[in-house]
Amino acid sequence: MDIHASTLSELSAGLAAGEYSSEELTRHYLGRIEQHADLNAFITVLPEQALESARAADQRRREGEAGPLTGIPLAHKDIFCTRGILTTCGSKILSNFKSPYDATVVQRLDAAGMVLLGKTNMDEFAMGSSNETSWYGPCQNPWDESRVPGGSSGGSAAAVAARLAPVATGTDTGGSIRQPAALTGITGLKPTYGRVSRFGMIAFASSLDQGGILALSAEDAAHVLGAMAGFDANDSTSVDRPVPDYAGDIAAADLGGLRIGVPGEFFEEGLDPDVATAVRDALGVLEGLGATLVDVELPHLGLSVPTYYVVAPAEASSNLSRFDGVRYGYRAEGVSDLLDLYRRSRGEGFGAEVKRRIMTGTYALSAGYYDAYYLQAQKVRQLITDDFRKAFTKVDVVMGPTTPTPAFGIGDKTDDPITMYLNDIYTIAANLAGLPAMSVPCGLVEGLPVGLQMVGGHFEESQLLGIAHRYQGATDWHRRMPEGY
Amino acid sequence: MDWEVVIGLEVHAQLRTRSKIFSGASTAFGAAPNTQACAIDLGFPGVLPVLNKDVVRMAVRFGLAIDAKISPRSIFARKNYFYPDLPKGYQISQYELPVVEGGHLDITLEDGSTKRIGITRAHLEEDAGKSLHEDFHGMTGVDLNRAGTPLLEIVSEPELRSAGEAVAYLKKMRTLVQYLEICDGNMQEGSLRCDANVSIRPRGEQTLGTRAELKNLNSFRFIEKAIHHEIERQIDVIEGGGKVVQETRLYDSDRDETRSMRSKEEANDYRYFPDPDLLPLVIEPAFVEAEKAALPELPGAKQQRFVDSFGLSTYDAEVLTATREMADYFEAVVDGLGGEPKLAANWVMGDLSGALNRDGLDVARSRIDAAMLAGLLRRIVDKTISGKIAKQVFEAMWAGEGDADTVIESRGLRQITDTGAIETIIDEVMAANPAQLEQYRSGKDKLFGFFVGQVMKATQGKANPQQVNELLRKKLSS
Repeated sequence: MDIHASTLSELSAGLAAGEYSSEELTRHYLGRIEQHADLNAFITVLPEQALESARAADQRRREGEAGPLTGIPLAHKDIFCTRGILTTCGSKILSNFKSPYDATVVQRLDAAGMVLLGKTNMDEFAMGSSNETSWYGPCQNPWDESRVPGGSSGGSAAAVAARLAPVATGTDTGGSIRQPAALTGITGLKPTYGRVSRFGMIAFASSLDQGGILALSAEDAAHVLGAMAGFDANDSTSVDRPVPDYAGDIAAADLGGLRIGVPGEFFEEGLDPDVATAVRDALGVLEGLGATLVDVELPHLGLSVPTYYVVAPAEASSNLSRFDGVRYGYRAEGVSDLLDLYRRSRGEGFGAEVKRRIMTGTYALSAGYYDAYYLQAQKVRQLITDDFRKAFTKVDVVMGPTTPTPAFGIGDKTDDPITMYLNDIYTIAANLAGLPAMSVPCGLVEGLPVGLQMVGGHFEESQLLGIAHRYQGATDWHRRMPEGY
Repeated sequence: MDWEVVIGLEVHAQLRTRSKIFSGASTAFGAAPNTQACAIDLGFPGVLPVLNKDVVRMAVRFGLAIDAKISPRSIFARKNYFYPDLPKGYQISQYELPVVEGGHLDITLEDGSTKRIGITRAHLEEDAGKSLHEDFHGMTGVDLNRAGTPLLEIVSEPELRSAGEAVAYLKKMRTLVQYLEICDGNMQEGSLRCDANVSIRPRGEQTLGTRAELKNLNSFRFIEKAIHHEIERQIDVIEGGGKVVQETRLYDSDRDETRSMRSKEEANDYRYFPDPDLLPLVIEPAFVEAEKAALPELPGAKQQRFVDSFGLSTYDAEVLTATREMADYFEAVVDGLGGEPKLAANWVMGDLSGALNRDGLDVARSRIDAAMLAGLLRRIVDKTISGKIAKQVFEAMWAGEGDADTVIESRGLRQITDTGAIETIIDEVMAANPAQLEQYRSGKDKLFGFFVGQVMKATQGKANPQQVNELLRKKLSS
């Protein structure tokens, strides 16, 4: 078995046992990144820096200071600011931007001794579900290179699925971790809003954005979440509550008596019947492990896409105002005056999808429309949150498909934004309600992976990871690798 | 037509915190451009605001001082517009739910009466940077040192009825924020800024006229002039058959005129919405109580106490309480002197204030501290020197020649109170001016002053004036 077929947890054991050094491991993954450069999973690769960090990690191990993540290679989505390193957010407007500081997530994983291999491709400013809006070009799905890996954390998903990195960070505003995880056959976790610091994570929609993990198993995700999560004085929306021992908690997970809510709304028209079958099979496995399935209702779920496409663009229209060509980033040449500087820097620097959302959001916040759109959307958001609250009085977790279909072809949906938006129909609600959610690989449909989505109560990451861990103990979907990798 | 003027003021008070409202960068004035702006102030990708607790403390203190409601929950919103000195493309401000609501400030009118001016609200916000249009050869320089400096925007009701009232209000406001130690009140440096909403209506009319907003009013004098101008302009427009349009006008102090900056149509749609990066600001009752307990004596209360316990006039009390430093100085003089508040008041408001003005100093940097001034006044009280000589001693002290006793000794200014010595001098003066003596004795009483002057001249002003008067009267008529 190749070293890269191993999960992070196995690599951690291998490092601890001295089977290989972090430097060897890092060299191996750097080689794979180079070998599979056609996937376009990375925007920036950092060979020298990675090897240097790996040697430092090896030194730390010799000094007896290594933790479970020390020396493990990792990739960051290019939305996380990295000091002195290109941080593009998949956009031309930041194509020359080197951040002067590290995001809190970057800093924490660095402190844990992880080795940064590079920065992964993504939809521009995380706006997209296919990685096709990236200024750096689309990223391919290793299961079928003519298909998208999903998005916006497409590069991270493709990199982990192709075993170019054992784990990667991502961000999830409306499904940007779970959807690509599902489409590439890996495990994705979006924590509770406020669990992971947003400081240094370039904002798309501040009230929805949450950093998380794309990994090969729930156990791997538990290890990384433990190091990433926790209060950050630099982020007023991060929550000050203790970080559980996720890795310890999942080892003790027991599905006996677990009540799984299955909302009918997750299985209505639009869902590929084969995906439905795979998800129902997965629920059957969980029943076999002691869980009970309970019908629940999420009556406002159908409103989540329109609600999201008011709230997210509204916040984005404001968040992206800072990219004006004045202080950093792309600046148009030969401008005639201030207005020209703004218009052309932004006009040339942003791609079509970003512009579409800035315009939608600007409109939604405009005088005379604010009440009808933004305020109304916030009210519906509350209704959706209440739906989940009610459901959680009857069940412990809510499950369904992560996406309606497996990965679609590159270019298939780029002409029709609405169809593209509907790809996130099952994932958006968790963001609107701020709930933790995961996608776990649960089958292959015509050779393409599909995912089981699990949504938990606020700060119930241990429970979600525990269920996923038990499921992965009983199945091997998460160990399947795309052919040729 | 008899026009009534309606004015409402928006005062921006820069809060005296060490660091900015949402970042740890320093707020000190006058540093080299862009040296006091961190990644947060510069609006770098990924940065987030974290509210400075001292800013909240100051807003609460202000709210308590104007008898307002402190909102238990207020919201920070984003005000969106593009400008190079606004790094994020939005200003974080409070919109629908401000931290302070309702309140009032009492102003003293020219006739000595008091008028209560309502304060609608006060809200917290961040300042923008500065655009510098000169010295860049057709380009614009941006200095972001000021970006993120905390501001308290204080909005009055449209209850001011003249430029004079507006100035009185602003002066009172400055005194208050200085007392509260939440703002240094320095208008030149822009720590205290003011916009005025001005409209006119026929006297007796209830509905408000269309207003113009005047910006860039950075001194009391400019405010008064700009408002006067604007009132005249509006009267001319209306009486000329036109209509006042709602617009923002900029006061140009060089040309002493206001000119249109932008009309209502050109005004930005700021697209306010709650800032998702900041949680609602929740202020617990205990926090408010603690601030209440720590409030200093406020100017109004201090003024009343000066009248009641020192017997000062309302006017003197108001002048002496105009700044907390001045009031503290005055009280220290009275303390040092062990009484004589009127004498102390006269000297603080007279010679001391004159000398401070002359040298452009504030009282905290006075060359004569309160203990030294008390030492000087003690020598008037115990008749070591006369009030007139005291002025001479004061100037010498101001010039750095030492305390009162040192100056009196070194310059030999001790008052002559020896009756024999004074009589000797009077005799000499009488002998030297036989003609005047003759005239006086034949009934020209006015010449008494001449003799006093001659005696004082002969003693270089050191003779005790009362004794000189008594002895002269006795000798001249004998």
